[in-house]
Amino acid sequence: MMEFWHDPGCGFHPASAMDYLPAAQLRQLQLHRLQAVVRRAYEHVALFRERMDARGMTPNDIHCLADIAKVPFTVKTDLRDTYPFGLFASPMSEVVRLHASSGTTGKPIVVAYTQEDLKVWASVMVRSFAACGLQRGDVIQNGYGYGLFTGGLGAHYGAEALGATVIPISGGNTDRQIMVMKDFGTTAICCTPSYFLRIIERAREMGIELRDLPLKAGVFGAEPWTEEMRKRVEAESGIKAYDIYGLSEIIGPGVGNECAHQNGLHIFEDHFYPEIVDPETLEPLPDGEEGELVLTTLSKQAMPMIRYRTRDITSIYAEPCPCGRTIRRIRRISRRSDDMLIIRGVNVFPSQIEEALLSVEGTAPHYVIVLTNDGTMDDIEVHVEMTPEVFSDRIAAVEGVAKKISAAIERIINIRVKVRLVEPNTITRSEGKAKRVLDQRKK
Amino acid sequence: MKIPQLSMFMENKPGRLSDPCRRLAEAGINIVTLSLADTQQFGILRLIVRDWEKARDVLTGAGCVVTVTEVVATEVEDRPGGLATILEVIEKAGLNIEYMYAFTFRSGDKAVLVFRFNDADAAIQVLQDNGINVIGGVEL
Repeated sequence: MMEFWHDPGCGFHPASAMDYLPAAQLRQLQLHRLQAVVRRAYEHVALFRERMDARGMTPNDIHCLADIAKVPFTVKTDLRDTYPFGLFASPMSEVVRLHASSGTTGKPIVVAYTQEDLKVWASVMVRSFAACGLQRGDVIQNGYGYGLFTGGLGAHYGAEALGATVIPISGGNTDRQIMVMKDFGTTAICCTPSYFLRIIERAREMGIELRDLPLKAGVFGAEPWTEEMRKRVEAESGIKAYDIYGLSEIIGPGVGNECAHQNGLHIFEDHFYPEIVDPETLEPLPDGEEGELVLTTLSKQAMPMIRYRTRDITSIYAEPCPCGRTIRRIRRISRRSDDMLIIRGVNVFPSQIEEALLSVEGTAPHYVIVLTNDGTMDDIEVHVEMTPEVFSDRIAAVEGVAKKISAAIERIINIRVKVRLVEPNTITRSEGKAKRVLDQRKK
Repeated sequence: MKIPQLSMFMENKPGRLSDPCRRLAEAGINIVTLSLADTQQFGILRLIVRDWEKARDVLTGAGCVVTVTEVVATEVEDRPGGLATILEVIEKAGLNIEYMYAFTFRSGDKAVLVFRFNDADAAIQVLQDNGINVIGGVEL
């Protein structure tokens, strides 16, 4: 239990002690909490009770962690169908905070927190920041949007609880972000990876080199991004780019985070129990196998989520992390079933396009996937911005760039897609979650 | 003797050409000549201007992707067969032309041919050895 004190590579905060709990003790704690949360859900939430009754099970049927497979799943539409407060397990007098999704498709989903829930949330955010090597004395610029979105306040209270200096700048106003970063001596930034790309680009235009600033780490999340993107971000800014994972339905950011090894995200398993299931059969899969991530909140009071299907595709690492944390890791999430495109019968994820594009030297990380339909079949065209690195005065050389990108994509997804080179700064820059797919198909 | 040529990437869409020209005009830069190579999807605008460094800065400052390459300009009589003579020399020497364009200059009786060779230095040598007048940037 003491070894971790000597590992300077992995940040430590007293709250991080739970990251190193001996496995047996952790499983015991999880079982105890699982039993309690299933009971809480059954006793206080009609939907959970009806589902468990329909299966002929009661909270008394949970004897070991594997018994979780007896419990019915929860899906996103359950949150919409019970809008706004139908899944709350606490009376409103105990609910101290509400958050909601943007609700781009119909009604938003609403999530709730008791005071205890907020303490847990801050603690998992503290552990996330600590895993990125951040501590008291760091200056954390929080570029996640403040408001109903969980990102802003989630990161904010976590950074304060860590003891860092928080700059609650929220998203947008890139020039001011850069000015503040420079003048306030920001050492870490939280925002979406795509927004950080915009910051890198704008700083360069302003003649500011990010690597000359005290900025050393980025805690990037709220959208899927790839390993190739990490390499680009780190090479162009000189910082370490860490992946944070979370979703409002579970708590917000802080469900899992990378450590110094940047190889998979540690799930704060004492609060969020991870399972991987086959997305078709919904059968649980063993560690190491790829499937859909299902999460159960083990300590949530106001809004417990039982076996929530995240739609995120990943796997749980079977082997322990060299950092010494005993909480398991999931492979970084670059695929969401919701984002999957079916092109000429082939399943394509935007992240595969990103990975292929960025594997070609000198290409811009700004791209958009345009879906079209000529009346008979769907097609995709990838728009990529021209860069001075790959530009030439010769037509054949420029066409060669498009061909090279197209070939790289084909190697990964096995179908040929058109690549269109567009002028710089013509693809919309995002200040929050990037929109990578433009659907121009006639409905 | 080599002349710097600016090449600029542009998408093939209506009205795209006027913007860079206007920007150069506003900066007081006179275009000696230009040539547009285009495909269905994109075009490359190739420009020869007197103050190429300033022009490059104006265009990159406006967010354009610009590259500078060295081209070779020669002068020929503006009469039938003027071009053929030069091309014969180039062919015989086995020089590879990436692309070329021509323009008449200052209403004289001479035309200027602009060549983009793989190896500009070797090309200049061959042309001069054959008595062809290679002109420098100053003369333009």
